Amino acid sequence: MTSYYEASARDRVNGVLDPGTFHEIVPPSARMMSPHLKQLDQPCAFDDGIIVGEGRLSDHPIAIAAQEGGFMGGAVGEVHGAKLVGLLERALETKPDAVVLLVESGGVRLHEANAGLIAVSEIMRAVLAVRAAGIPLIVLDGGQFGCFGGMGIVAKLCDAVVMSEEGRLALSGPEVIETTKGVEEFDSKDRALVWRTVGGKHRVILGDANLLVNDDLDAFRAATLDLIETKPDMSLEALEQEHSRLGQRIDRFGDCKDAVDIWRDLGIADPDTVPMLESAAFMAAIAGKRA
Amino acid sequence: MEALHFTFSGQSLSNTSHKPVLVGVVGSGNLEVLIEPATDASTCIVEIITAAVGFGAIWEAVIGDFVSRRKPAGIRVSINDVGATPAVVSLRLDQAWDSYREGQP
Amino acid sequence: MIHNLLNGLFPKGHSIEFDGEFFSGFGQTETEKVEVIGTLDAAPIGVELAHRIAGNILNVVRFHPNRPILLLVDTQGQRLSRRDELLGINAYMAHVAKCLDLARRKGHRIIGLVWSQAVSGGFLASSLLADDCYALAQAEIQVMNLPAMSRVTKIPLERLQELSATSPVFAPGVENYRRMGAIKAIWTGDLAQHLAEALHNPNPIDQRRHLGEERQGRLMARKVADMVKADAR
Repeated sequence: MTSYYEASARDRVNGVLDPGTFHEIVPPSARMMSPHLKQLDQPCAFDDGIIVGEGRLSDHPIAIAAQEGGFMGGAVGEVHGAKLVGLLERALETKPDAVVLLVESGGVRLHEANAGLIAVSEIMRAVLAVRAAGIPLIVLDGGQFGCFGGMGIVAKLCDAVVMSEEGRLALSGPEVIETTKGVEEFDSKDRALVWRTVGGKHRVILGDANLLVNDDLDAFRAATLDLIETKPDMSLEALEQEHSRLGQRIDRFGDCKDAVDIWRDLGIADPDTVPMLESAAFMAAIAGKRA
Repeated sequence: MEALHFTFSGQSLSNTSHKPVLVGVVGSGNLEVLIEPATDASTCIVEIITAAVGFGAIWEAVIGDFVSRRKPAGIRVSINDVGATPAVVSLRLDQAWDSYREGQP
Repeated sequence: MIHNLLNGLFPKGHSIEFDGEFFSGFGQTETEKVEVIGTLDAAPIGVELAHRIAGNILNVVRFHPNRPILLLVDTQGQRLSRRDELLGINAYMAHVAKCLDLARRKGHRIIGLVWSQAVSGGFLASSLLADDCYALAQAEIQVMNLPAMSRVTKIPLERLQELSATSPVFAPGVENYRRMGAIKAIWTGDLAQHLAEALHNPNPIDQRRHLGEERQGRLMARKVADMVKADAR
């Protein structure tokens, strides 16, 4: 067992792909670094915090990107975003079996503000173009910094999301909500509350993530392989169905005060014990009861 | 931020050029080390950009120790540092050098 | 202000219904009806509003083939609430994006006009998804207000304010977004004429990084993306 949570982005890529198959594109030695951080006295990274490239997963050709949460929380700056956009547009030509995104990001890199926001928008357009070309996108989310901000939106543009219990997926971070609206609105130091609200288990129950895996590189790899045959469905019918589902979610759970109320409403037995279950037991406990 | 530059010459250990290698992460208390082939097979060039200002003498000692222990030659070592301790710096240098030599030519 | 805007955009007439912060309907140009979907009062976008916007887009696709869509979203960004995060507001924003993408693929031209305020997640899930996004000169665009940015990044407010004066990367403002390629042009004067031109030149491909480079607002995005695309192996 190798912890996905503890692993660097580089190690995650090597752990998910078949050994020795990874070819990094625009590697650190190319020194495509942020042009904006110096004026803020911020250190730069040679890869601007994202690794992009190609490899194989059980012989399937894959395009892969992994954000390094340890560098500026994995946040998206001009170059970081451009590497990802380039990888996505490249996939339109090379047609891999899937694009796999190992997301770990706070969203827009505030130090690059406007450039970061536009980059996220360009990523969104490029993700949609890849799906329209019939290539599935699989998101892996299990790192320390979670998947927030614009990347939280990007993740839900993709075909599938795999999370570990440690993973988080949301739009605004709890700290930002607390700072702006007060601790009564969201106590960002209450870890149990945070994870009930935006963590992997809740997202799987809610239907915003496909499955929960153990915090293990092999488990993430296996889950990716299981999802590799996914065919993007971008039809009007599919979107109408999703629209209906999302509408029902508000109707049914819009008055719930806490995730536990949602889980209870779905008929999950002993919802208070959900946070304690390890992933296989969890998937069994929620079988047939997800939103 | 501070930029430092060191050159160590006269290394006798011969080395074939290998693919560049990166270890580490640019986060608080950490650093990244990039090792690439250098044009001059007998030198080891080290370039450091560090957020911790005023530690030039310590860097010189730590890098000097690495060079005298491992005798790297024909490489350019580039570092982005955010206040890593000498122990962490040494560790990363060793990891990077091992990885570089194990890698493909 | 919204009524002046609608009159300026559609001097030939429009039929728009207002419901709180949300409005929708159509405007009449010289040649065609244009679907209008918008918000006002710097609406914070929560799950309900995002869902409603998406529903309107799906209706256009279902009932009005080829009708162009004009997004007039005035927003302070996503609604900041635990409830919205609990319900998965990121998924609702993504759903809006998917619906706009569907409309585009089905041949609907999509124009965004930032007429008042555009911020962060609200901006990402609306005007920034248009084929082309325009702005009025007096509009405001930003990622986050400077004091909040200072709190989150721990960079002193004075430093951010200094940089705002000189660096297009920080400063809020339509001109910076224009220079960086996100805003195609700033509209002054005859809005109906601007709209007609925008509709006449549909652009389904994302050209923003090329524009950002031409205008020298973003010097690396186009180059780096192309490097990745061109990699030999």
